[in-house]
Amino acid sequence: MTQLALVIDLNVCVGCHACVTSCKQWNTSGPAGYMSDDNPYDKDPTGTFFNRVQSFEVGEYPHTETVHFPKSCLHCEDPPCVPVCPTGASYKRPQDGIVLVDYDKCIGCKYCSWACPYGVREVDEHLKVMKKCTLCVDRIYDTALPEAERKPACVMACPTSARLFGDVHDPDSEVSVAIRENGGYQLMPEWGTKPANHYLPRRKTRIQIHDDELLRADNPLKKEGRKPRVVIDEHTLDDVTSW
Amino acid sequence: MHPAFSVIFLTTLSGVGQGLFLALFTGQSYAALGLVRVNDSPTFYTVGSFIALLFLGAGLAASFFHLGRPERGWRAASQWRTSWLSREVIVLPAFMAVVFVFGLLHYMGWDPNIIGADNPLQGQLSLFVGMLGALICLALFVCTGMIYACIRFLQEWHSSLTVVNYLLLGTASGFTLATAYAALYAPNLLTLFGVWAAIITFAGLISRSASLIRNARIKYKSTLQTAIGVRHATIAQSSQGLMGGSFNTREFFHGASQLMFKSIKWIFLVLVFPVPLALLWAGMNLHAPALLLAAFVVQYLGLIAERWFFFAQANHPQNLYYQTI
Amino acid sequence: MSSANPLHDPIHATTSGRVETKNTTCYMCACRCGIRVTLRDGEVRYIQGNPDHPLNKGVICAKGASGIMKQYSPARLTKPLMRKPNAARGDNEFVEISWDEAFAVLEERLANIRATEPRKFALFTGRDQMQALTGLFAKQFGTPNYAAHGGFCSVNMAAGMIYTIGGSFWEFGGPDLDRAKLFVMIGTAEDHHSNPLKMAISKFKRQGGKFISVNPVRTGYSAIADEWIPIKPGTDGALFLALIHEIIDTGLYDREFLVRYTNAAELLNMNEADHEFGMFVRAEVPEEEGCFDPQNKLWWDRNSDRPVVANRSAELDPYLLGEYTLDDQTKVKPSFQLLLERVAQYTPEWAENITGIPAATIRRLAHEMGITARDEKIELPIAWTDVWGREHETVTGNPVAFHAMRGLAAHSNGFHTIRAMSILMSLLGTIDRPGGFRHKAPFPRPIPPCAKTPNDPRAVKPNTPLDGMPLGWPADPDDLFVDDQGGPVRIDKAFSWEYPLSVHGMMHNVITNAWRGDPYKIDTLLIFMANMAWNSTMNTVEVRNMLNDRDEHGDYKIPFLVVCDAFQSEMVAYADLVLPDTTYLERHDVMSMLDRPISEFEGPVDSVRIPVVPPTGECKPFQEVLIELGSRLKLPAFTSKDGSRKFRDYPDFVVNYETEPGSGIGFLAGWRGRGGEKFMKGEPNPNQWEMYEKNNCVFQYELPRSFQYMRNWNQGYLQWAQQHRLTRYAEPINIHIYSEVLQKFRMSAQGKHDGKQPPEHLRERIETFFDPLPFYFEPLEAQLTDKQRYPLNAITQRPMAMYHSWDSQNAWLRQIHAHNYLHVNPKTAAAAGIEDGDWMWVESQWGKVRCMARHSQAVEPGTVWTWNAIGKAAGAWNLAPRANESQYGFLLNHVISDELPPRNNGEHLSNSDPVTGQAGWYDVRVRIYKADADDSHFTLPQFDPIEPVPGERKRPKWLAWFAGKR
Ligand SMILES: Nc1nc2c(c(=O)[nH]1)N[C@H]1C(S)=C(S)[C@@H](COP(=O)(O)OP(=O)(O)OC[C@H]3O[C@@H](n4cnc5c(=O)[nH]c(N)nc54)[C@H](O)[C@@H]3O)O[C@H]1N2
Ligand SMILES: Nc1nc2c(c(=O)[nH]1)N[C@H]1C(S)=C(S)[C@@H](COP(=O)(O)OP(=O)(O)OC[C@H]3O[C@@H](n4cnc5c(=O)[nH]c(N)nc54)[C@H](O)[C@@H]3O)O[C@H]1N2
Ligand code: SF4
Ligand code: SF4
Ligand code: SF4
Ligand code: SF4
Ligand code: SF4
Ligand SMILES: [Mo]
Repeated sequence: MTQLALVIDLNVCVGCHACVTSCKQWNTSGPAGYMSDDNPYDKDPTGTFFNRVQSFEVGEYPHTETVHFPKSCLHCEDPPCVPVCPTGASYKRPQDGIVLVDYDKCIGCKYCSWACPYGVREVDEHLKVMKKCTLCVDRIYDTALPEAERKPACVMACPTSARLFGDVHDPDSEVSVAIRENGGYQLMPEWGTKPANHYLPRRKTRIQIHDDELLRADNPLKKEGRKPRVVIDEHTLDDVTSW
Repeated sequence: MHPAFSVIFLTTLSGVGQGLFLALFTGQSYAALGLVRVNDSPTFYTVGSFIALLFLGAGLAASFFHLGRPERGWRAASQWRTSWLSREVIVLPAFMAVVFVFGLLHYMGWDPNIIGADNPLQGQLSLFVGMLGALICLALFVCTGMIYACIRFLQEWHSSLTVVNYLLLGTASGFTLATAYAALYAPNLLTLFGVWAAIITFAGLISRSASLIRNARIKYKSTLQTAIGVRHATIAQSSQGLMGGSFNTREFFHGASQLMFKSIKWIFLVLVFPVPLALLWAGMNLHAPALLLAAFVVQYLGLIAERWFFFAQANHPQNLYYQTI
Repeated sequence: MSSANPLHDPIHATTSGRVETKNTTCYMCACRCGIRVTLRDGEVRYIQGNPDHPLNKGVICAKGASGIMKQYSPARLTKPLMRKPNAARGDNEFVEISWDEAFAVLEERLANIRATEPRKFALFTGRDQMQALTGLFAKQFGTPNYAAHGGFCSVNMAAGMIYTIGGSFWEFGGPDLDRAKLFVMIGTAEDHHSNPLKMAISKFKRQGGKFISVNPVRTGYSAIADEWIPIKPGTDGALFLALIHEIIDTGLYDREFLVRYTNAAELLNMNEADHEFGMFVRAEVPEEEGCFDPQNKLWWDRNSDRPVVANRSAELDPYLLGEYTLDDQTKVKPSFQLLLERVAQYTPEWAENITGIPAATIRRLAHEMGITARDEKIELPIAWTDVWGREHETVTGNPVAFHAMRGLAAHSNGFHTIRAMSILMSLLGTIDRPGGFRHKAPFPRPIPPCAKTPNDPRAVKPNTPLDGMPLGWPADPDDLFVDDQGGPVRIDKAFSWEYPLSVHGMMHNVITNAWRGDPYKIDTLLIFMANMAWNSTMNTVEVRNMLNDRDEHGDYKIPFLVVCDAFQSEMVAYADLVLPDTTYLERHDVMSMLDRPISEFEGPVDSVRIPVVPPTGECKPFQEVLIELGSRLKLPAFTSKDGSRKFRDYPDFVVNYETEPGSGIGFLAGWRGRGGEKFMKGEPNPNQWEMYEKNNCVFQYELPRSFQYMRNWNQGYLQWAQQHRLTRYAEPINIHIYSEVLQKFRMSAQGKHDGKQPPEHLRERIETFFDPLPFYFEPLEAQLTDKQRYPLNAITQRPMAMYHSWDSQNAWLRQIHAHNYLHVNPKTAAAAGIEDGDWMWVESQWGKVRCMARHSQAVEPGTVWTWNAIGKAAGAWNLAPRANESQYGFLLNHVISDELPPRNNGEHLSNSDPVTGQAGWYDVRVRIYKADADDSHFTLPQFDPIEPVPGERKRPKWLAWFAGKR
C-alpha cells in the first residue's frame, strides 16, 4: 500500500515561506476554486492557506536554536478527521493515503478541524467549505506536466530542498531512507494518528582540533625564523637535578 | 475552543426540548401508573409537545447557522457508521418526529390501548410512542454528548461526564420549564415536575462540578515538545507565520480575558444551579408561576453561559502551534 | 459565490481556459531568478522557478511565488500624475495627465537645465538593476549628480573587498559552498543572492560542512548554523583583527599564497622622513602607464639575502617578516611584518571585551579556520598557467568560505572591517580557489578598477555629456571629483574629501544636501524606484519635511520632484510629477554585464526580462521614458547624426546600442554578431531578443575549467577577459594586504603628496581613516553618543518574505508580516520592565518611536532589532489607514540620523563611513522603556492618512484570486 507524504528537514529549513506562497498560488487557481483572502488591504489581513511556516526559539541565550517549522496536513495514516465527518466529504484515498476533502459534499460544519490535533485544516470563509493540503494531488498525477514537475508545488519551490516527497511505505524511497537514517519523527505521537508526514531533526557538525595540529613541522613561522619561543628564565629540571 | 453561538443555542435549546419532552412523558407515565392524579387535559400534552418541538426546531435552526453550506445539510446523515455528528443529525429529526407524533396523538385524542383493554394502563399508544421518544431522546443526548466526548485530544471533553452533563443539564432545564408550564396548566403535575427538576438540577450540579474538578486537574498529553518534536525544556514560539489571524486562531481560541472566563464560570454555576433551585422552591411553595418561569429563564441563561464555558474551557492541542503572532 | 468548478477528486478535475507558459526573470527582489509564468486566459496563474535557469534551478521564494499579488495589486499606479496646484507635497493629491503632457513638461525643464547648468538635474535610483541605462542617461545629460542605491546599501562591501582582492561579495563573487568544509557567514540575513545562497547552504550542510554564523541575531540562515556566535554590532573588525592575530601567531596562514599572490612580502619604505614613507619600494623599472599594479616592487630574498624585484616567475623565496636595510640605507619591511605589528595589540582577550565573544572562542575559531584551510586542502586536477608563465598541474583550494553583507557594511567602520575580513580570507589562501571565495564575471578587476569620474568641475558643461563616468574608483587623491578649493562637485558630496572612496555615490545625502543647498541648490530631482520619503532615508520625519519645505519666496527648496514608481509608495506622495512604471512582468529589462549581471563562478551570465503580460493602464517602462527623453533632448547616444531619434524603443536600443560606435559591446553579452555567433563582443544582432527568449531569457558562458580559478593571476583567464573586453589589461591582480591607495590619501593629508590636498578641517580625518592597514575603531556615531544614556544597539533584518517596502501591497505577503515588533532579549526587557507584547518606546538621541516588544532569546542582550521596512505611513500603498502596517508596524529609520552631530564649526558630516560614504544604518544607539499604560495602542510617529491617487483600483474587501475565466 502506498502512503504518499512530505518529509520536512528542519536541519536545512531557513523559514523562507516559499512553500507557503507557492502552495497558495498553485491552489488558488486550482480545480477546487479560489482560496479566499479577507481584508487583503485592510486591518488584520487573513486568508486560507494550506501550509504555514512557524518559528520557535529553543533554549536560552546564548544557547538558542531558532527552529523554523513548516506545517501542513500530515496525511495521517489513522486520520481522526475522517471518521467524524458527517458527510463523508473528508476521506482518505486508499490508493495513496492522501487525505482529501470533497468540496462538493462538505457542509462546512468544521467538525473535522476539531478532530485534527495539528491545526492544519482551514475553512475557506467565502467558499464555506473545509480546506487543507491536498498533497497537490492535481499535480502529482497530471500527465500533462513534465515528469520532473509531478511534485507538490511547495516541494518544487523550496530553495533548500527541505521538503522531500514520496511514499513512506516503500522502504527504498528517498523519504523512507531519510526518515530512517536521520531520525525522522512524527508530530504528537501520543494521539496515535500516525502522521504520514515526518520531520527530520537538526543535526550538528563539529570540528575536532587536536593540540598537535597547531604545532606542525611545516609551520610557516619557522621560515621567518620565528619558532615558537621557549622561555629560558623559568625553572627547569636543569635547576634541580643532580645526576 | 471558540464558543459558537449556533452550537450553544443548538445544544441548549434542544436540551430544553428534550427535557421538556421527558417531563411530559414522565408526567403521563406517572399518571398512567396512577402515581399522580390523572390529568385529563390532552391539551396539556399537545401544547407541551408543541413547545418542545419549538425548542427543538429552534435548536435545529440554530445548527444551520453553524454550517457553511446549510443547503447541503442533508448530506450530514450519511456517515452514521462513524460520525456522532451524523448520528445526531439523524436522531434529532427522528426525535422531533416522535415528539410530533406524541403531540398529535394527544391532540387527536386517539390513544387506543394496544396491549389490551384490560390493562390498567390507559392510553397505551401514546405511552408507547412516549417511551420510544424517551429512548430516542436519551440517544440524542448521547449523540450530542459524544460529538464532544469522542474527540480524544480535547481532554476537557473526552469523558463520560460530558455525556452525563448534556443529559442532566438538558433534562433539568426541560423539567424546570415543565414545572412552570404545569403551574399554569396542570397543577397536579407541579410537584412531580418541580421535585424532579430540583433533583436533576442537583444531580447536574454534582456532575458538572465533577467535570470542573476533573478538568482543573487535567495533565495535557500534548506539549510544545511533542507538537514540534524538539525535546528541550525551554521552547517559545516566536511567530506563527501569519499576523492577521486565521481560521486556526479564530476557531480554537475563546479570545476572552481571563477575568471574563472566570466570571462566566461563576455566573453559570450560580445561574444554573442555586438560583433556579431557590426559585423552584419558592415558586412551588408560593404557587407563583412567575417565579417558576423565572427559574427556567435564569437556568436557561445560565446554561448559555455554561455552554460558552464548556467550549471556551476546552484546550485544543492545535493551540500549541498558535501561541504567538 | 461558489467555487469555479468544485470537483470531487481534483485529479479528474478539468479547468478550462487557454493556457500558455512564458519564461522571464523574476523581480520580486534583486536576485533575478529565472521564472516560468503560466497564464490562463491571459491572467497569471502560476509563477514557478525555471528549472532550466542556472541561478535558481527551478526553485523560487516566497516573494517570487507571490508575484500575482504584485501584478494585480490595487496599489499600482496606472496613470501619469501631476500634483494638484493647490495641494502641498505629501498630500498625495494629483490630477491625471497624459504622457504627452508629462514628456512636454520634462523636456522643457530638462532642456533648459542642460543648456544652462546641467548639475541642477539629479537622477538617483533605488533598488533597480538598470544602472547601465540610467548611468548612461546621466552621463549623456552631462550631470555629475547620478547614483544608484549602492551608497546607502553596501558600498563598504564592494569597496572594502574590491580595494583589497579585486572582487567582492554582493553580486560580484561569493562562497564556493560546493567544495567548502567550513562556512563562516557574518552579518547576513537574506542578501541578494537569495535563492542560490539558500540552495548552497542546504547542500553544504548536507555534505557535512560546518556552518558558523556571526550575527547579533539568530534568524533565517543563521537559524540552521551549526554554531551561532552572537556579536555586539559594529565590532566585527575587532573580531577579524583578533583572528588575524591568532592565525599569524600560530602560523596557520598560507605562506605560499601570501608570497605569490599578495603584496605581503613586498617591501615598504620605512624611513619616516622620506617622501615615500609607507609606499612600496620600486625597482628602477620604468612605471608603466595603465590601471594596474606594475610588477616592480621588491622582495627580500632569503637565498641571496638581498632585495630583489618581486618576480613571481623566478624561484625566489622572500621573507614575509623582518626589517631590512636597502643599499641606500632605506629601512624596509615586508608589508606582512607591518600587519603582524598592527595586530600585535589585537589579542583575542582584547577582542573579547569589545565583541562580547569569549577569547577562547575566538582562538578556537581561528584554529578551526586555519586547520581546515591547511589540512583539508583540495587538489583539483586542473592544469593552469599563471600570469607569470608558471605552469601548475592542479588547482588547490583551502576549503574555508566566508560570506558577509550589511552586518559589516552598514557600519561607519565597515570599510576597515571588511578590509580586515578580506585580509583574513587571504591569509587563509581562499581567494578564487575551490572551497573559498570565488569571483563572478566581470570580476576580478584591477585594484582599483579603471573607471574614473572626472576630477575637475569643468567636466560639467552645458549641452555636453559628462567628461568621465558619474561613478568611478579613485586610485589616488588626484582622482577625486573636487573643485579647486577641494570642495565637492556632486550634490551628494561623493568623491570629495569627506568620503573619498564613495564609489557608489551617496544617495542618502541627496535630499538633505539639496534642501540645504549645500554645496549648491538643484532644480530637478528625479527619483526612480526608491522610497526616499520612507524606508531608504534616515531621519525620515525631517526628510519628509525637507521635501515639503519652501524658501522665503514660497518656492520649494527642491523645486521639482519627479518620481517614477510602480506603486503608491510614501515617496509618490511628494512628487510633482509621477511617472507610472510597469511591473517586471510587463517590460523588457536586461541584467547587463555593464551593470550587475548574474554571473556564476564558472563564467559570465546575463539575462533579460521579456513581457509576459501587457502593461496595465497607461504604465510605461521607465526605460522607454529615458529613451524618449534622451531622444527629445537630443543626447548624443540617443540621437543620429541628423538629429533624429536613433532608437525606436528600449528593445531596439538594447540590440543596437554600442558603448562606442563599433565597439561590439552593448547591454547584452549573449548572441552578439550578425547571426548571434559571438558573445561578449560583436556587432549588434537584430534577433538577439528572440535568441534570449529561446534560451530561458539567459545567456551563460562557461569558461574552460582551467580559467575558472585563480583568476586574479590566471593567464588564460586574464587573456580571455582581455580579448572579450572584460578588462583592458591582462595583468595580475595581486591582493592588497597593505593598501598603497589608502596610504596615498594619508600622505596627501600629511602634506606629502604633490597633487590634491584635503581642506584643513578634513586633514586629520583623512589621516586617521586612510590607514593602509585595517584598524579597529568604534563606529562614529557610537563615539559621539552618550552610551550611558543610550546603551543598546538597534539594527534591522531583511525578512525573507518581504522586499523592502514593496510588499505591503501584496495581499499574500502582508499576511506573513503585517506589522513588526522590536525584538528584545528577555533579560534586557526585564531590566526595562517590558513584558512580551507590551507597548514601548525605542529612543535614540535623534528621536523616538513607539512600538511593540517581542521577547527573543535569539538576540544578543545589548542589541534590539526589528524587520526592515514593514511599518508604513497611513494610507500609503493603498492600504486602509487603519491597516496593521501603519498602526502597529513601525519604521526604525525615525531614530536613525543621516548626519552625525554637527561639528563645532557647524559643518555637517554624513552618518557614513569616512572612507566610502556608506550609510551607517546599524550604528544607532538607543534606550528602551515601557510606554505609559494609558497611551493609545498604536505606533508613533503617525502621519496624516493619505487617499488613493487617480488611476488606482479600489481596494477590494476580500479577494478570490482565480486566474482565467471561471
Ligand atoms: N527578502 C529580501 N531579500 C533582500 C532584501 C529584502 O528587502 N528582502 N534586500 C536586498 C538588499 S537591498 C540588500 S542590501 C541585501 C542585504 O542583505 P543582508 O546584508 O543579508 O541584509 P540585512 O538584513 O541588512 O542583514 C544584516 C544582518 O547583519 C546583522 N548585523 C547587523 N549588525 C551587525 C554587526 O555589526 N555584525 C554582524 N556580524 N552582524 C550584524 C543583522 O542582524 C542582520 O542579520 O538583501 C537583499 N535581499
Ligand atoms: N532602517 C533601515 N533602512 C534601510 C535599510 C536597512 O537595513 N535598515 N536598508 C537600506 C538598503 S540596503 C536599501 S537597498 C534601501 C532600499 O530602499 P529603496 O530602494 O528606496 O526602497 P524599496 O522599498 O526597495 O522601494 C523602492 C521603490 O520601488 C518601487 N518599485 C517596486 N517595483 C518597481 C518597478 O518595477 N518600477 C518602479 N519604477 N518602481 C518600483 C516601490 O514601489 C518603492 O517605492 O533601504 C535602505 N534602508
Ligand atoms: S493532519 Fe489533521 S487533517 Fe491531516 S490527516 Fe491528520 S488529522 Fe486529518
Ligand atoms: S467541515 Fe466538511 S469535511 Fe469537515 S467534517 Fe464538516 S462536512 Fe466534513
Ligand atoms: S503539497 Fe501542495 S497543497 Fe500541500 S502544502 Fe504542499 S503545495 Fe500545498
Ligand atoms: S520553502 Fe523550504 S526552506 Fe522555505 S520555509 Fe518552506 S520548507 Fe523551509
Ligand atoms: S529570490 Fe528574488 S528573484 Fe528569486 S524568486 Fe525570490 S524574489 Fe524572485
Ligand atoms: Mo540594499
